[in-house]
Amino acid sequence: MSRDSTTRVLSVAFLLCLVCSILVSAAAVGLSDRQARNKVEEKRKNILQAAGLYRADRSIAEQYAQIEPRIVDLKTAWFSTDIDAATFDSRAAARDPQMSHQIQGNLDVAGIKNRSRYQDIYLVRDGESLKQIILPVYGKGLWSTMYGFISLASDLSTVNGFAFYEHGETPGLGGEIDNPNWKKQWQGKKIYDESGSMRIEVLKGVVDKKSPDAIYQADGLAGATLTARGVGNLLHYWMGEDGYRPFLEKLKEQGVKL
Amino acid sequence: MSKTRDVLFDPIFNKNPIGLQILGICSALAVTSKLETVVVMCLAVTFVLVGSNVSISLIRKQVPDSIRIIAEITIIATLVIIVDQFLKAYAFAISKQLSVFVGLIITNCIVLGRAEAFAMKNSPGLSALDGIGNGLGYSVVLLIVAFFRELLGAGKLLGFTLLPSINDGGWYMPNGLMLLPPSAFFIIGLLIWGLRTWKTDQAEEEN
Repeated sequence: MSRDSTTRVLSVAFLLCLVCSILVSAAAVGLSDRQARNKVEEKRKNILQAAGLYRADRSIAEQYAQIEPRIVDLKTAWFSTDIDAATFDSRAAARDPQMSHQIQGNLDVAGIKNRSRYQDIYLVRDGESLKQIILPVYGKGLWSTMYGFISLASDLSTVNGFAFYEHGETPGLGGEIDNPNWKKQWQGKKIYDESGSMRIEVLKGVVDKKSPDAIYQADGLAGATLTARGVGNLLHYWMGEDGYRPFLEKLKEQGVKL
Repeated sequence: MSKTRDVLFDPIFNKNPIGLQILGICSALAVTSKLETVVVMCLAVTFVLVGSNVSISLIRKQVPDSIRIIAEITIIATLVIIVDQFLKAYAFAISKQLSVFVGLIITNCIVLGRAEAFAMKNSPGLSALDGIGNGLGYSVVLLIVAFFRELLGAGKLLGFTLLPSINDGGWYMPNGLMLLPPSAFFIIGLLIWGLRTWKTDQAEEEN
């Protein structure tokens, strides 16, 4: 049989593909549990970090026990039990026409076009009362969609922590949204003022600490005006009427009891 | 003996895949802003190079000529997927930073280049050495590039702060350009200049 005969070509190709596919499947199947665990751990770590509860010296599973995942239906602006919070994937839901909500152009300041009707939120409670509420937020920066968590204190306006866990902004410029010093400044900032209007903003420069508005303002990022603007915009969307605001207000009316 | 030694060590300076052949530039630009990711990337590329060289050399007499490139790519792709799966399972944080660039090892010209130019004509043992040698040659360049980019761009090496930056209350004003891909071009350009000044036989003749 010559080396270049059709049978030879087909049999070598078949055998090679068989061996390769077995190797690839074995690796993918054998490692999938561990990979799925990594993904879950990563998300939990981000939630804990946004809440300011993460300690590197303790296991994530142990620390995560104090967090209670819940689903919120943004249409009814209240908790929903239709979906299991443990398995819910809001990014997949945003792509699913049954589950997604198209954002009107003029409301879409975060530049995300549509979002899931349901969102997975996370509570830290102290008995019956709420200590912290951790909300997923995302929106466009300069290059990429930035995904993060914001944690609010029980007055539902004061920021406890705010951090992005996934983005593709320019390292060293927009990427400075990961800088611990920049993230730290969010602590204690207020989203809404006494009368309930949205006040939070990201400035272009540095916040004047003496200004009475300083509590609503965050420092911008030098050389990353568009990324910083994106951060401000996504907060305005998610904390606004089309985002979590109706839910937060309902929660407040009920006296923040769970 | 001297042939084995040449096969192993030539690709480091004399026939460096990046420096002389200008192959594998894509990942040299993309992943070199931090040393840590580069170390993992170099290990991954070296593993794929050795694995593909050995397997291709083993079947070089069986593979029909007409489908040899497809066969080579299939083997390379298999190895790359396995590496990618392992990184996702055991080095999750780094695999997130390397993102698509692990997958792109498939298209790294060094791997297919060595398979086609060396492994198809030589024994598995020699091909393995060639894979290690080219892996080292690739690594040397990437490590040098990443050393300068991380040090000048972030004031750090392997995540440890050496030059405290102004943003963190220190004195060093980081050079933002170093964190962007074009800076890798400049550093590689300077390296090639240096290499060809040292080893004048690598310089191309002027027209």
